[in-house]
Amino acid sequence: MLDNNQLLRFTTAGSVDDGKSTLIGRLLYDSKSIFEDQIESIEKTSKQKGHEGVDLALFTDGLRDEREQGITIDVAYRYFTTPKRKFIIADTPGHIQYTRNMVTGASTANAALILVDARHGVIEQTRRHAFIASLLQIPHIIVCVNKMDLVDFSEEAYNKVLGQFEEFSSKLLVKDVRFIPMSALLGDNVVNRSENMSWYQGAPLLHTLETMHISSDVNKVDARFPVQTVLRPQREGFIDYRGYAGRISSGVFRKGDEVTVMPSGFTSKIKTIDAFDKELDEAFAPMSVSITLEDDIDISRGDMLVRSNNKPDASQDIEVMLCWLNNAPSKPRAKYSIFHTSNQQKAMIKELVYKIDINTLQRKEDEAELKMNEIAKVKIRTTKPLMTDSYRENRTTGSIILVDDATNETVAAGMIV
Amino acid sequence: MSKYYLNYLDELESEAIFVLREVWAQFQNPVILFSGGKDSIVVTHLAKKAFYPSKIPFSLMHVDTGHNFPETIQFRDDLIKELGANLIVGSVQESIDEGRVAEEKGKNATRNALQITTLLDAIESNKVDCAIGGGRRDEEKARAKERFFSHRDDFGQWDPKNQRPELWNIFNGKYFEGEHFRAFPISNWTEMDVWNYIKRENLAIPSLYFAHEREVVWRQNSWIPNSEFLVLEDHEEVVTKKIRFRTLGDITITGGIESDADTLEKIADEVSTMRQTERGNRSDDKRSESAMEDRKRQGYF
Repeated sequence: MLDNNQLLRFTTAGSVDDGKSTLIGRLLYDSKSIFEDQIESIEKTSKQKGHEGVDLALFTDGLRDEREQGITIDVAYRYFTTPKRKFIIADTPGHIQYTRNMVTGASTANAALILVDARHGVIEQTRRHAFIASLLQIPHIIVCVNKMDLVDFSEEAYNKVLGQFEEFSSKLLVKDVRFIPMSALLGDNVVNRSENMSWYQGAPLLHTLETMHISSDVNKVDARFPVQTVLRPQREGFIDYRGYAGRISSGVFRKGDEVTVMPSGFTSKIKTIDAFDKELDEAFAPMSVSITLEDDIDISRGDMLVRSNNKPDASQDIEVMLCWLNNAPSKPRAKYSIFHTSNQQKAMIKELVYKIDINTLQRKEDEAELKMNEIAKVKIRTTKPLMTDSYRENRTTGSIILVDDATNETVAAGMIV
Repeated sequence: MSKYYLNYLDELESEAIFVLREVWAQFQNPVILFSGGKDSIVVTHLAKKAFYPSKIPFSLMHVDTGHNFPETIQFRDDLIKELGANLIVGSVQESIDEGRVAEEKGKNATRNALQITTLLDAIESNKVDCAIGGGRRDEEKARAKERFFSHRDDFGQWDPKNQRPELWNIFNGKYFEGEHFRAFPISNWTEMDVWNYIKRENLAIPSLYFAHEREVVWRQNSWIPNSEFLVLEDHEEVVTKKIRFRTLGDITITGGIESDADTLEKIADEVSTMRQTERGNRSDDKRSESAMEDRKRQGYF
């Protein structure tokens, strides 16, 4: 592993039927990321279940209930490394009743793998997955046209899927879509190039994941620094040290930059940017640093440092695409705690503008409440202004969650419009 | 702008520091669960970085099974001194003496499961509301489903099917009286990442991780160290081998592997070509398919 290797997070949504588990198993197996004791354990289980050979899908088995029912319930994270990159897979279930888990897995992903069965083409589930990927603004989508072995590796069948996908995806906001014909079962175009599809000129899946450009996935334009905590060591050598600790959400900060503290509006200049015992000239997202300022200003957790010539919106009224995550539906005009970067306040859902049918993308108006797994555009009012950017421009300052104070559960996740 | 990206280790480090600062900001009395193993050493180092130039703001909590490698205890005490941190020890022996738990019987008896009671008692009596652990999702299939902020009910139990969704980097650490959280800052690290990081940061680790000569017994496919606690079976024989440990736990169940890796470079090289998972040498995980899940549900690390 080289020192300049990057980390790529991708999500896979789907069910056992799409071959999702087989695909992940194949990626791990062919990239030699599976250990011998894991293989032995799976060989044993395969035999017990009466499967011929090793069932690659068993690599992704999780909790006892999931093994018993043969399904994925929750998001499972898996890891593998190649000489070029480190990968984190957020493996999520694909059924509509698990939309909340798909949204969770998608929230941190650079790329989404969408599986399509070459025999069936684009179906309702494909549309749902693509919609979620676009809603969560996953920068790259790879449509894996799987089970090509069952359509005689036919280019025509592959092109048909391409056409179907492009027809409806034109309505979605996705920047980068790629298509790869493959057979996860046989290993064609997963890690190794297929010998059965010479008509396909592109790269296999792993090579695509290893080489796609992801440095631009993080916003490097709008400098935003939510303060997590204040460091006041009050010990010898650091008596007057007052550092604002946090992780840069987006953009670049440099020593000497004029910054504005939100929401107070005071301005100052950056005196130092510290990372442990090193002083830096500049720092960028997603680095965790401690920033000191030239002037003594009252700053605490929940405040945000921004470059003075580029400020976020500060408003008590926000419009949000909200995904409901909890068994208990939303109550009209109910109050919740809202979490936004390091800021916590109270909020009320003032209005449910419309719901979206995530299969047809149709809007439904005049709805009173949001149920688990439903997605809607809502208007929210907060007790104090939040410093926000639109989610499309900034996944960190554009996202919120709602917490029900009666249960302390996270009930909704929202993307600021 | 192409130079503005982090390599994978810097990104993992930044993520872990972010999580540690969130823990500090959202909880009243968080502690680091410190076993003396490499993962808790990395977490402690990250905490040092996260709050520098302030002192590390967490106490270290050690659940002591009484069956320790002497090297681990020495290492723990030296580190505590260096950090100027506070140490809380939960003693399994005391839990046994007080009748809170009973020793397992039989030839495969261990104190592994007994730690759960001691840990939960220590959390309760010290009014800890968040225990930070070095658990990683790549270790085991139940751990693959862990959140960064993981809720525990007032019995200390984990309910894997009813976890709070965790989106982006927004962590919900709200709890009711009597409940607590576990936080896992290095969730996304693999064993290889941990070694590469230890090497890069040149961290001190217990000598047990380096290849050394030791008296051992071959049991359950690994070399179990000879100690005063080990009860030999008739067919078993104590031999001297050059071994090292991949994980450190209770001395009675932590198996070593034969190795010549006596520097951090050699260990990292060895781990990168390793064909067995690290917990493959831990007999506590070999008891059943869901051994870890069952213990985690009850409140294990």
